[in-house]
Amino acid sequence: MTGAPLLSVQGLFKDYAGAPVLEHVSIEVDEGAFCTIVGASGCGKSTFLRILLSQERPSRGEILLNGAPLPDEPTPDRGIVFQRYSVFPHLTVSENLILAREFEEAPLTGRLYGPARARLRNEIEGLLERIGLSAAANRFPAQLSGGMQQRLAIAQALVKRPRVLLLDEPFGALDPGIRLDMHELLLGLWRERTMTVFMVTHDIREAFKLGTRLLVFDKVRHDPQEPSAYGATITYDLPTGEIAPEDLRKAEAIVNRVPPGTA
Amino acid sequence: MRIINRRPGRLTALALGGAPFVALILTYAVASHYRRLENPSDKLLPSLESMGSAFWRMAFEPDRRSGELVLWADTYDSLWRLGVGIGVSTLFALVLGIAIGFIPHVRRSLAPFLATFSLIPPITILPILFIVFGLGEVSKIALIAIGTAPVMIRSTAQAVIDIPREMVIKAETLGASVWQMITRLVLPQVLPRLITAIRLGLVPAWIFLISAEAIASTSGLGYRIFLVRRYLAMDVILPYVAWIALLAFVIDRLLLVLSKRAFVWHHLEGDSL
Ligand SMILES: Nc1ncnc2c1ncn2[C@@H]1O[C@H](COP(=O)(O)OP(=O)(O)OP(=O)(O)O)[C@@H](O)[C@H]1O
Ligand SMILES: [Mg+2]
Repeated sequence: MTGAPLLSVQGLFKDYAGAPVLEHVSIEVDEGAFCTIVGASGCGKSTFLRILLSQERPSRGEILLNGAPLPDEPTPDRGIVFQRYSVFPHLTVSENLILAREFEEAPLTGRLYGPARARLRNEIEGLLERIGLSAAANRFPAQLSGGMQQRLAIAQALVKRPRVLLLDEPFGALDPGIRLDMHELLLGLWRERTMTVFMVTHDIREAFKLGTRLLVFDKVRHDPQEPSAYGATITYDLPTGEIAPEDLRKAEAIVNRVPPGTA
Repeated sequence: MRIINRRPGRLTALALGGAPFVALILTYAVASHYRRLENPSDKLLPSLESMGSAFWRMAFEPDRRSGELVLWADTYDSLWRLGVGIGVSTLFALVLGIAIGFIPHVRRSLAPFLATFSLIPPITILPILFIVFGLGEVSKIALIAIGTAPVMIRSTAQAVIDIPREMVIKAETLGASVWQMITRLVLPQVLPRLITAIRLGLVPAWIFLISAEAIASTSGLGYRIFLVRRYLAMDVILPYVAWIALLAFVIDRLLLVLSKRAFVWHHLEGDSL
């Protein structure tokens, strides 16, 4: 490893009203990595992502981004794509894409008119083309398919050129065929830009295919009397290039395990 | 097919919608007819013709004393009061509703107060308003505003709270300031819900308007109804009531059309009444 890592998490704990969700999470991630995150349902993957986004604060522990403590609130250096509600339903496709630039250029109203607006629309034409939504530029999100909406969400998250992109099951609701297209798009964009990606998924094959590094979240300690007594941590941290078949099987077993108490 | 899956065609829908109205008018006509058979000068259920001619007189014959066309003068005065009153509470709903819904500190400071304030029956404030503002226009408008604003503020605040948290977060990651989030995210998302709040607020607004006009006024639809009540002039009262209902209905429909025109995205899914 050369130089300091982009992101460094040390001794992270998170509990909700005393119920631990994450414990002893420590990890260092270099710039340009594509980390895929898997784990059983309810083990705290989304919570981890929300903490990286500063949507929530860790109960304990330290997170450094680029050597500095993580800001207290979400900032443009970390983009986010949620499974739902990622794009603004009251704005058309192109309006969704120019919004971030409007925020930059019109501090008071957050809105541009006339030639200034036309210029922004020109700027995003390439991006529209890239995500295959040129023909749908003037449609509202409710008039798009699920795949189109998520393509828009990814493109919108990239307008500010964030150094870190967080994705929480972005393709969870999509058909397998459409997922493949989305993989191409996401990998392409990731290679074009210097960007570090954290992506939560339930699909272990997707995790291997996309990631350079696989993080498996799981509980190491179990209390059969009280399943929620302990939190989850990163139990496997694997480079996806040289993965052994048995590791794959173990990871798959963890992901597919029904959490105790829910069955 | 099950009845929940059968949809009426255009003509059927029109007939179904008109039927209750026709039934009401027919029932009235019959009842009125038999009452007047017994007593030709009956005032309680006047004939449709006499109501028509009374309405015509109010609408198109200048009043002998003031020289005004009474119906239109009344309508103008009432709608003006209603409009200003609802306008004021809409303004309050927007400013306070967004502040309460969006900014936790404002919510903590104003929400309990508002919840308490909205429990006061507005009519009980009317005497206070009359004492403070006199019997003029201000106290009537104030009654409408005070009567409708709390509920409208609360439903606007709720609409802000209902905006998915993900969207607010997303706006933050796109670099929006709080003010920019209000102008580009909160306001557009809340406006359609505000129109719904106005439509619901208009129902009590009419009640407060008519009450205030009945108690202290020299013009307006409510004033007229309570004035002619002294002469048992049902031939004026009933058409006036129908006229008020028609006005309220037209305003409600106009607001719905406005919402559908201005906020296409909001109406892309689901039916609305
Ligand atoms: N705001 C909250 N208050 C209390 N408990 C919460 C809160 N958010 C999450 N939790 C709890 O934290 C645990 C982890 O939730 P999280 O959403 O991170 O799981 P996840 O791994 O993303 O699950 P899934 O795969 O189903 O999305 C869950 O048990 C959940 O009940
Ligand atoms: Mg989750």
